[in-house]
Amino acid sequence: MEPRVLVPLVLLAAVAAVPLALPASTLLLTLALAKGLAVLGIVVLLRAGQVSFGHALYFAAGAYVVAFLARAQQGGSAVLLVFAGVMAALLVGLVVGLFVVRYRYIFFGMLNLAFSMVLYSILEKFFFITGGSDGLRVPRPTILGIAMDRFVYENTLFYVTLVLAVLAAWLVHRYFRSPLGEALRALKSNETRLEYVGLSARGVLLVAYVISAGLAGLGGVLLALVQGHVTPELSYWVRSGEFVFIAILGGAASVAGPFVGAIVYELVRAYASAFAADVWQMILGGFLLVIILFASRGLVGLYDDLGKRVAPNRAVTGRRRPT
Amino acid sequence: MSDLLLLAVLDGLAYAALVFMVAVGLTLIFGVLRLLNVAHGSFYAIGAYTATSLILGLGAAGWSPWLAYPALVLSAVLVGALLGGLLERVLLRRVYAKEEVLTLLVTFAVFMILEDVQRLVWGVQPLFVDTPLRLLGTTQVGEVYYTAYQLMLLPATAVVVLIALRWYLRSTLQGRLIVAVAHDREAAMAMGINAQRVYLTTFVIGATLAALGGAMASPTTSLTPGIGTEMIVLSFAVVATAGLGQVEGAAVTAVLLGLGRSFAVYLYPEMQVLMPYLIMVVVLLFRPQGLFGVAETRKV
Repeated sequence: MEPRVLVPLVLLAAVAAVPLALPASTLLLTLALAKGLAVLGIVVLLRAGQVSFGHALYFAAGAYVVAFLARAQQGGSAVLLVFAGVMAALLVGLVVGLFVVRYRYIFFGMLNLAFSMVLYSILEKFFFITGGSDGLRVPRPTILGIAMDRFVYENTLFYVTLVLAVLAAWLVHRYFRSPLGEALRALKSNETRLEYVGLSARGVLLVAYVISAGLAGLGGVLLALVQGHVTPELSYWVRSGEFVFIAILGGAASVAGPFVGAIVYELVRAYASAFAADVWQMILGGFLLVIILFASRGLVGLYDDLGKRVAPNRAVTGRRRPT
Repeated sequence: MSDLLLLAVLDGLAYAALVFMVAVGLTLIFGVLRLLNVAHGSFYAIGAYTATSLILGLGAAGWSPWLAYPALVLSAVLVGALLGGLLERVLLRRVYAKEEVLTLLVTFAVFMILEDVQRLVWGVQPLFVDTPLRLLGTTQVGEVYYTAYQLMLLPATAVVVLIALRWYLRSTLQGRLIVAVAHDREAAMAMGINAQRVYLTTFVIGATLAALGGAMASPTTSLTPGIGTEMIVLSFAVVATAGLGQVEGAAVTAVLLGLGRSFAVYLYPEMQVLMPYLIMVVVLLFRPQGLFGVAETRKV
């Protein structure tokens, strides 16, 4: 088998083996993968050259819908909760998207930020419904009708998240290769020409926007289920910034980037805040600078370059560069 | 009730003066360098901290407290020239050619690093020095008493900054070089203008203005980690609402957002955080390029 395919598979297997080998890291990894899903949403928009500083909006929307529904029925079914949370995020994404796809660059970024701050204020101020800054506890739902104790529940959710992450990455990969997905690249390089071809730039971007909102929502839903607790901080702009940060760290050119980036980010953060609590932001900032200056296609890009150096012949056999 | 409104107006104007100084630096840098500088928030915070340390130092050395006012300006220039100059020369110069998203994230990374630097240098305990505020005393306006510092000095400084900036950009050679590069970098370079030097000058001026905003704000608030974050988000909102690269527009918009925010504080406190964003959304709804922005022509 080609190393191109083999290495990612080995990495995937290694991640899948974590609950068996390092049970203490299961939670960290589940949260990282959930975050990776939201970052994948950012990557979809980056393909069109747009940056959203407000995707925490959908992350929090998904999480809070899960929290409300789970509290209303003292748990309920996880499958239904996931479904409801993602639908809510898609719906909000459609409504907000209809407005923001008319804007580009800083205007697009700032408007997204504004909408996420609206949700943040609502979550924080209407404490009699949302629990204010203390947030809400999410009762543990049943998975396919089975009530589980904490250990089994967390392990099950980890594998569910892993499967969903792989599935989402594959679907987004297919989307990027579809005509509608290729139009995103055209939008980035020259919007006017895209319209000359007869496609509506706003329409193309709206589809991408709703997809990215759904992905961020799914991430939030999983986080709420795993963590069992939601706070308004989920919708704060710092979190949106974090998503963009991870997208660049992992590499925005591939669908694997968000997950690689999220896992590395969470590990660095966990260790840096444990061993160098005062300077963990500095370490992350330095990390980001190094990536941008010396490897602007992110960790996955770094891996690609490495592959090319090891096997130069294989890389130029006329195959399309993986996207 | 009318007292309350008066207070809201005064608060709003004082706040708008600070926001303007930060936002105009941001919009200037964007206009010339095509760079959204997130580290601008750090200049604001470090300007504030430096001013406070300097005034504390002056007090400890037993010098006249009136020296606090020059100290405010001095610390802004120090931060702008040293930190801003260093950042442009060493780091930003290497990334102009990269995608817009990446340059923005470079400044974001710098912002993160500087946040921790502040924490290491000045600690996490709130710092507070109100010497400049006390020396000027209070003034009676109608039925309310208000500090002369916020009533007069802050707005006056902002107006001076606006007039000086207009004069500099329109009537001096250096300023006109900046305008030329902002307008069309390639044509300017073909005329023999050293664009790299213009970039450096502009960045230092922008950084100094942000630091000045911070220094002027320092007597009115206690300094804690995170003050830069709040300001950077707000001044981004001002820049987007005004339209990119608009100097006078930034002034009008700062007043608009400042007043909106302070009215919210007095009349409907829940809306305080939200108000600037709501104003921005409403403005962009009707004028997608910002209040004073010029719609870009589409290039095929």
